[in-house]
Amino acid sequence: MADSKKRVPMNHVIGFILSLVMTLVAAWAAIQSDLPVTWVIIGIMILALLQAGVQLFMFMHVTEASSGNGHVPWNMMFHGFALAGIIVAGSLFVMSFGHDHGDTGEHQQHEQQESEDHSGH
Amino acid sequence: MAAEELKTGPLEYRTQEGQMGIMGFWIFLGAEVVLFATLFATYAVLFGRTADAPLPSELFEPGIVLVMTFLLLTSSFTCGLAIHEMRRGSVKGLILWMVITLALGLGFLGFEIYEFVHYAHEGATIQSSAFWSAFFILAGTHGLHVTLGIGWAILLLIQIKQRGLTNVTSRKFFIISLYWHFLDVIWIFIFTSVYLIGMVI
Repeated sequence: MADSKKRVPMNHVIGFILSLVMTLVAAWAAIQSDLPVTWVIIGIMILALLQAGVQLFMFMHVTEASSGNGHVPWNMMFHGFALAGIIVAGSLFVMSFGHDHGDTGEHQQHEQQESEDHSGH
Repeated sequence: MAAEELKTGPLEYRTQEGQMGIMGFWIFLGAEVVLFATLFATYAVLFGRTADAPLPSELFEPGIVLVMTFLLLTSSFTCGLAIHEMRRGSVKGLILWMVITLALGLGFLGFEIYEFVHYAHEGATIQSSAFWSAFFILAGTHGLHVTLGIGWAILLLIQIKQRGLTNVTSRKFFIISLYWHFLDVIWIFIFTSVYLIGMVI
């Protein structure tokens, strides 16, 4: 463990700076930029995944050999996130059919208009 | 790996019990990912169903959410430093950085409580609409995890004062560091998919 002898753990510092930069870029893209909404959403979701990667690999020792746990930590996270993707995307997909759930006409219209606005961007 | 103790490497990995405990916690974290996935899915499905309550774009403010994000990000960093100090054998360093971590965590909680109260004043409560129910359950479950983590870490700090760094106490601190980093991972997704997307749309 030569790494633990160092006074300042550089990989933690780099990970922290990377996280800050990615947070600021995501916030800027969402709040300030004039990019199309779809691109903003795709971009900030990719940034979120990258940040999660920073946490896992630079802070959480997910691939530490001395743990004696082999690939288990990595596998748990990978399968957890794969399931998360399936649950979220699957729910959105299934629930996208037959969208009239007793909303008042007014809200329905409002929502429709909203989604038209998005596609118009 | 026999039951005897290793002589090198981080304390928390030296016994099989320590290794198994940490592996078990990774399995728990995998289950937590799925728990939050169900809440995210519910939120995503109910997005836009605000009924007569205010819209998220009217209430979400970038300032406070960014402050909360930076508090939690920094606390995750200081928590990493605490474990680094622990592996250098410094109980003092571990306690110092852990206390800073907890202070930042409490700051985060304070802002979240203020935020929830503010939303309630503006007419968005858990009963207002399907959207706000999903929002408060998702953000609230994360906030509950942070609260539990703070209580847990305080108990561990008392324990390390009494027992010092052993295989067992360092395993416990390593596990809470995993938990704390994990809470930051979840918050990144709440920040992105709830607040940022809520402000864009």
